[in-house]
Amino acid sequence: MNTSFLRSAGHLLLASVLFSATAALPACTTNPEADKPERLSIIGIKHSAPRTPADTLPDPVPSFRLTNQEGKTITNQTFAGKVYITDFFFATCPSICPKMQSEMLRVYKQFEGNPNVLFLSHTIDPAHDSIPVLRDYAERLGIKDASRWHFATAPHDTVFALAHAYMASAQVDKKVAGGFAHSGAFALIDSHRRIRGVYDGMEKSEVDRLIQELPLLLKEEQEEQKVATR
Amino acid sequence: MSRTGLFSRAGLAVAGCVTLLLGLSGCFTERQNEGAKLYATHCASCHGDQGQGLERLIPAVAKTDYIALHRAELPCIVRKGMKGPLTVNGIAYNQVMPGHEDLTDSQITNLLNFLQTNWGNTNQPYTIREASELLGRCNGSDGQ
Repeated sequence: MNTSFLRSAGHLLLASVLFSATAALPACTTNPEADKPERLSIIGIKHSAPRTPADTLPDPVPSFRLTNQEGKTITNQTFAGKVYITDFFFATCPSICPKMQSEMLRVYKQFEGNPNVLFLSHTIDPAHDSIPVLRDYAERLGIKDASRWHFATAPHDTVFALAHAYMASAQVDKKVAGGFAHSGAFALIDSHRRIRGVYDGMEKSEVDRLIQELPLLLKEEQEEQKVATR
Repeated sequence: MSRTGLFSRAGLAVAGCVTLLLGLSGCFTERQNEGAKLYATHCASCHGDQGQGLERLIPAVAKTDYIALHRAELPCIVRKGMKGPLTVNGIAYNQVMPGHEDLTDSQITNLLNFLQTNWGNTNQPYTIREASELLGRCNGSDGQ
């Protein structure tokens, strides 16, 4: 009686030790898959006053009207139902642009087969970067399909305001090489005009992160479409 | 001779050796691979971290005929930059390359010698005197 009680108590103890050990195990093993976010957060800047206490979402990407390397007008509608990646550059930029565009090209090549991923590079030097200059630049980079990667121009004010909205600063600066200061940031935009990621286009590791995170957004978009068409 | 004297003398010798070694390594490390370092700082962003260039936008500096064919012009190209069309390995390029007034003659020499003897280029390196002379053609020599 006494011994059996002790034995069962011992079993209980053993079981609880085993249980706590297994419970603690997942914390010990490092699983890189578990660290990945399931869903990309929505980031951006909020300028407008909140309409309700719950209204805390950043402003969506503003409406825009640009011209691409083929002379075609592109607007937010051009990117409807797609996700896209933006950056800011200029054709004669001697400092960060070649590195940045070669990193962007890496992303492009990775998702070349997926028509739901588009690319949008804005020139911040519209005075020099005419449509023929942009076309030449795109072709030299190896981009034959303008509908996949737009090299776009617009008046200065429009481009600088868009750069701000996409969280990549761009401004005239006579002191820097080339005459314009701009960041090498890439922004990832979803089909609801929301910024879902900002990456330093000068850092290979950051661009690797973009390549890893983009499928998460594509999966989310696909699931949304399934719900919408159900 | 006392024990402490012996020890202190040995200590002095060791210290001397260490200082000598430190001094020597200082001589070597400071400018060792200067060409590669200068390339990484001033050129890699456009010409690529392995000299591969960027598609048909920016010419490669690795394995290129241009570097051998235009050997005498290269110091001035680095100093003053260049503009307009050029052909490298049979491909026509047309971009603006900025000049580098901030580099000394000897830095340009080290940088170009790195390119002339690496990444598939096996050309004759420059002496600093030769590079300075070549830089003189575009009034680009700073004599340093």
